[in-house]
Amino acid sequence: MLRIDNLRKTFDVPSDQRGRGRATASAQLAAIDDVSLEIHEGEMFTFLGPSGCGKTTTLRSIAGLERPDSGEIRLSERVLFSRGRGRDREVPVNRRGLGMVFQSYAIWPHLSVFDNVAFPLQVMPRRDRPKKKVIEERVMRVLATMELDAFAGRSATKLSGGQQQRLALARALVTEPPLLLLDEPLSNLDAKLRESLRFELKRLQHEIGITSIYVTHDQVEALALSSRIAVMSKGQVAQVGAPRDIYTHPESKFVAEFIGNSNFLPATAVESGNGTAIVETPQGRLEVAVDRPLDATASYLIGIRPESVEVLAAETAPAAGNGFSGTVAARSYLGEAVDHIVDIGGYEMRARVNPSVSFPAGTAVRLRIDPATISLIPTEGASR
Amino acid sequence: MLQQRYTEERSAGQLVRRVLSPKNVIVFLAILIIGYLVLTPAIYLFIATFFSGGAFTLDAFRRAYGTSGLDSMVLSSIVFTVGATVLALALGTALAYITVRTNVPFRSLIVATSLVPLIVPGLLYTIAWVMVASPNVGIANQIGNALTGGPWFDIFSMPGMIWVEGTHNVPLVYLFMFVAFRAMDPSLEESALVNGATRATMLRRITIPLMRPALAAAALVVGVKTLGSFEVPTLLGVPGGIFVFVSRIYYVMSDFPYDTAAAGALSIGLVVLAILGTWALNRMQGDGKQYATVTGKGFRPAALDLGRWKWPVAIGVLVYFLVTTALPLFVMAYNSLLPHFQAISIRAMSEFTLQNYVDLFENPIFARSVGNSLLLAVGTATAIMVLTAVAAWVVVRGRRRSRKLVDQLTFIPMVFPGLVIGLAVSFVYLRNPLPIAVYGTLLILLIAYMTNFLPYGMRYAMSSLQQISAELEESSAVAGASWWQTWTRIVLPLMFPGLMAGWIYLLIVAVRELGSSILLYSPGNEVIAVLIFQMYEEGELVDISALGVVLVVFLSLIVALVHKFGSRVGIRL
Ligand SMILES: Nc1ncnc2c1ncn2[C@@H]1O[C@H](COP(=O)(O)OP(=O)(O)OP(=O)(O)O)[C@@H](O)[C@H]1O
Ligand SMILES: [Mg+2]
Repeated sequence: MLRIDNLRKTFDVPSDQRGRGRATASAQLAAIDDVSLEIHEGEMFTFLGPSGCGKTTTLRSIAGLERPDSGEIRLSERVLFSRGRGRDREVPVNRRGLGMVFQSYAIWPHLSVFDNVAFPLQVMPRRDRPKKKVIEERVMRVLATMELDAFAGRSATKLSGGQQQRLALARALVTEPPLLLLDEPLSNLDAKLRESLRFELKRLQHEIGITSIYVTHDQVEALALSSRIAVMSKGQVAQVGAPRDIYTHPESKFVAEFIGNSNFLPATAVESGNGTAIVETPQGRLEVAVDRPLDATASYLIGIRPESVEVLAAETAPAAGNGFSGTVAARSYLGEAVDHIVDIGGYEMRARVNPSVSFPAGTAVRLRIDPATISLIPTEGASR
Repeated sequence: MLQQRYTEERSAGQLVRRVLSPKNVIVFLAILIIGYLVLTPAIYLFIATFFSGGAFTLDAFRRAYGTSGLDSMVLSSIVFTVGATVLALALGTALAYITVRTNVPFRSLIVATSLVPLIVPGLLYTIAWVMVASPNVGIANQIGNALTGGPWFDIFSMPGMIWVEGTHNVPLVYLFMFVAFRAMDPSLEESALVNGATRATMLRRITIPLMRPALAAAALVVGVKTLGSFEVPTLLGVPGGIFVFVSRIYYVMSDFPYDTAAAGALSIGLVVLAILGTWALNRMQGDGKQYATVTGKGFRPAALDLGRWKWPVAIGVLVYFLVTTALPLFVMAYNSLLPHFQAISIRAMSEFTLQNYVDLFENPIFARSVGNSLLLAVGTATAIMVLTAVAAWVVVRGRRRSRKLVDQLTFIPMVFPGLVIGLAVSFVYLRNPLPIAVYGTLLILLIAYMTNFLPYGMRYAMSSLQQISAELEESSAVAGASWWQTWTRIVLPLMFPGLMAGWIYLLIVAVRELGSSILLYSPGNEVIAVLIFQMYEEGELVDISALGVVLVVFLSLIVALVHKFGSRVGIRL
């Protein structure tokens, strides 16, 4: 539905603030570095990545607020932007007909709730503009969907955070755009509200069925909301896939780390069957669940989430089973969990367990890891 | 169907339409007008000074600077400017610190009274001081003569000039520093104390460096204003034989036959001096711009306990206001009731009359100049705010190159004092480049005022636009609005309170503008300030006093009305 091909965008960053008057050297910063993506009809697609990785810039390029250096953006068959591949084209931002929710919501403070939502209809080119009556109907309909109809006459600044978010959504949806863009719409809210609005958003998106692109740096949010996720890093797409895919099969250490892994061990395949494999790590052998047989000559990295590590007292647990033996090096209490740093033959593995399980430093323990929770990341030379 | 609506073929017609889009046309027109207003006077001044009969010559400089007393004129200009600026900075900063950061009694009263002198035009303030402290007729000196057998204070001297100019500019400094002290996070000071610094060290190492950008900004505005001040040097300096650049230029231009080239040469010297000062202060301010921490918001600074100094400080501040504000205003009101200027006495009070006011309202020139001044003030304020709304948008949101161009263009008039602008504008319209008559009409005053006040309007427009997040405009564009729709339905309404505040400020400064009017008015086109100046030269002190009272009351009414009703629509002066 939306296709992005080889998009690039660099910014000039003045490097020397003090040297005013002198010629200021400026560095080039690649905010988008050769990004290609395809987003399907009806999807909730997420750009996920750390701060500064180029999510917003990509989204703004789709909206037309930023002009990429090269590449192509198409919506269905319509070319929104094309540069450096034959004839250059660019549809101006106000003719793209997309909906967008800004991080700050960008609600116009001098207009009422009704007028904020009516604006996109009122500014349509005259020949497409609906009659006043129709505008009013459509605005009230979308306000009702967002449960804001009671506030129509109110000044837009007198709304709560959650209501403002729904107002911004209503305004983005009132023209029934083919694509909805959302830039961290939940990041301004407190944790509680964020959680409830996350579900609200998912419900709405499901009901309306609109294709959406969602930008966030919060992996929990991305996993909960998206049908597919593009994990971005330094202007590039590191991996695209369904949330479960990304969670269980990160393709690189970066993705694994970003999605919550923090224990990494180098590994080589020893025995590879259908469904499971045995790998050799410096700390010992480990059983891992796999989709397909491993390449015996390749090297891998295994990623283990702290919460998938079980900590057992060494004397009660059999030394067999999937895992390692070690000694607790440190422990910290986190309220709903306890973190243990366990020394396993020179590697410090982090394990996050229920607070009912707690071992003081120096205790000999056995770590148990479910093979299905271990992710296998191919390093150079390995194919998946 | 969508496909058809958005044909992206680039035909010639589309190209023309894109180039002639409302945005391009409006921005281009605004830059063109600003460029014209700013550059023509500069260029004509340059030509009139350096070219005579089509040939390059430095003769004008020889005539202007060759006369004796050159070094004393340059020295006087510098002493006057530095002295009055330092005085204003010291008093304004101290008052701001006292009102923002200490527990001085009557705090809100002090805040209000420290702004009152803003309303009194410089010309009236100067004349009021002549009536207070002229060695012969000044009321204070008459008391001095009676008590100690000699005058206490001679206002026609360099200290007199510095005192009057400096105290008149205190409110300007006060405003800058008040905002800066308010915005400073007190925890920056507290952490210095916690780390073992004494209060003195804290002031020296933390407070003053943090205040440096604001101090430099205030020094720039006040310094440039003082260097170009017309009223004080002409009324107070010339009688005592003290000349500065501005009074020398005026002197040259009032001595027939006018040596316009020599006046131009003096003007260029003055502008160079202003540029040097601006450059020096900009360097000082430049380093300080990195302190992002100073621009926080919403702190309630902990008040410094003055302890046993509480009442002495309060009394000192009150005495200061009595002397600098109440005394001149009182003297003016008092004299406006007398049939002729005379010493304070019981007998004089028995002669109190309203005849001066009656005369004033029956004077046809008064009515005419009030009309002219109001017309000019409204015209100038409106035209400038319309222009600077667009210009500020270009500077804040525009592309890098046009942003720089407009930013620099609108700054240029800062270094051109009002009198120099008047002179340069007269050069332009003696050889009128426009197809309409300008010389000898109100239009020439309008043009001079617009050039003169452009930077002020720009400051208001910029700060109001900077408060509007760019996302508010972007979301309008994404919603499908054209540039024009975004501009009229989103940007302008949001800027409106800031533009209105600028409009009112310009209205007030334009009503009292003398420097750029004095060389450009013609009979029938007098403005209020020129009328007062002429009356002063005729020695009609009691009539001026009546006029002054009327003017101050009128300006106070405007400010009070804005204060009362303006806050409803968010206008703050
Ligand atoms: N107008 C600009 N001028 C210069 N550099 C910019 C500009 N906009 C963005 N950048 C830079 O481009 C890079 C990508 O920025 P972008 O806003 O897309 O990041 P992001 O992924 O949205 O981050 P965040 O999660 O913090 O919002 C950053 O390094 C940023 O500093
Ligand atoms: Mg962002």
